[in-house]
Amino acid sequence: MFSYEFMQNAYLAGTLIAIISGIMGVFVIARNMSFMAHTLSEIGFAGAAFGMYAGLTPLNGMLVFTTISSMLVGQLSSKIESRRESVISAISGLFIGLGILFLALSDKSSSYATSILFGSVIGISRADVWQMSILSILILIVSLLMYRNLKDDSFDPVGAKTNHIPNRLISVVFLIMLALNVSVAAQIVGSLLIFILLTLPASSAKYFAHTVFSMMLLAIAFALVGVWVGLYLGYVTNLPVTFFIAVIEALIYGVALIFNQLKYRH
Amino acid sequence: MKETLIKVQNLEVGYPNQKVFQNLSFEIHAGQFLAVIGENGIGKTTLIKTLLGQIKPLNGKIEIENHLKIGYVPQFRNIDIEYPLTIADFISLNFTGIKLPWLSKREKQKINEVLKQVNLFHLRNRPLGMVSGGEKQRAYLAQALIKNPELLILDESTASLDPKTKREVLEVVSKLNRELNITIIFISHDLNLVKEYPDSFLWLKRDEYLSGDINNLPDQLKGESHV
Repeated sequence: MFSYEFMQNAYLAGTLIAIISGIMGVFVIARNMSFMAHTLSEIGFAGAAFGMYAGLTPLNGMLVFTTISSMLVGQLSSKIESRRESVISAISGLFIGLGILFLALSDKSSSYATSILFGSVIGISRADVWQMSILSILILIVSLLMYRNLKDDSFDPVGAKTNHIPNRLISVVFLIMLALNVSVAAQIVGSLLIFILLTLPASSAKYFAHTVFSMMLLAIAFALVGVWVGLYLGYVTNLPVTFFIAVIEALIYGVALIFNQLKYRH
Repeated sequence: MKETLIKVQNLEVGYPNQKVFQNLSFEIHAGQFLAVIGENGIGKTTLIKTLLGQIKPLNGKIEIENHLKIGYVPQFRNIDIEYPLTIADFISLNFTGIKLPWLSKREKQKINEVLKQVNLFHLRNRPLGMVSGGEKQRAYLAQALIKNPELLILDESTASLDPKTKREVLEVVSKLNRELNITIIFISHDLNLVKEYPDSFLWLKRDEYLSGDINNLPDQLKGESHV
């Protein structure tokens, strides 16, 4: 399997994606931002369509769209949850509309669109892997530096206010990192299902872990299992990798819920 | 004469179109244990937020001693009980800043120290979502103690607890006041507690206020258990 360069690339990229998604996922869950993660993946699709039209790579198109939209969401929304959801809906509507427009304007075939939506293992080049690595390292460094403030602001927002940490800045930086994360991860998992890796491993991990740090390690482990096994099964069966990743992550989540039920019964 | 930590003069507090109260003057001295009492909606939390600088005073003056370290335990917390936060992990949340994620030896020692101060050391690895209300309140106290506050503001910390647990929490607060000389502002409705632990009171009422030594609590409050 590893004699094929595209599988090497897929595993390299998949490993990076699993690690950053595991880390970011912990904060996505703590900040109640599953909906935002989902929306950003739809916006990512629109971005890829824009990239196609403008002659950029899908990854660069996604980066442009997701970063701009996440900054807009960060600026327009507030701590008020209901308003945040409305702002997210409005902005995602706008960007997805644009995506459909660019898809119609560009003359690429519809199979190109499906590979963006559902991900593609074959499509990842070594150059893509390099770009994804640089972006992943950037996400890792920023999350290391703001880990303490982000942890306080995400897990204890009321308490964080008394610590005078710049919560507005943290929100915006976090959203931009999320945008980068979505764009990178969509290359393999596809933009339609990237939110799986951003929500399910962390949601499952929270039932087994006792500290934020152990939740993060477990989330990374669950994401890695899904991506590695998914890629292998995809290679062996010739069925979509994304399908296997989705099923594996959902299964892990199911087990986590059962584990939690049993834990409270005793 | 004890050192003055906070001096409030002719303070007018509220929001642009809603004045909460005016002409409020009082002082807080080092080592004081002050109870702030008053009925719901009278503006106790608004006063605290003004002292903390979260709301601008409409008028008047607040002088706070230079570099005074203030710890604040908010009235409501919004922490999901499913979060994987042990008590020690929760307390470590207060070590904020642009620093590496892992805690230094000194920071770990500090966590153990505050855990012992609030009698929670034995529960340090217990998830916060799985401890009792009183233990949670003590964990909140411990978190505030991480930054070595000279003044600790407790915003109705005991409101949802049963009488016995309230006393447990107040015993800890009282010990912090006596042994570590931490000045306390304790906001409460519970006059039984107010008569027992604090040494002074500030009673906020519509259009007026009363303050003084706890032994001089107005007669109309002496027989009551709540305000």
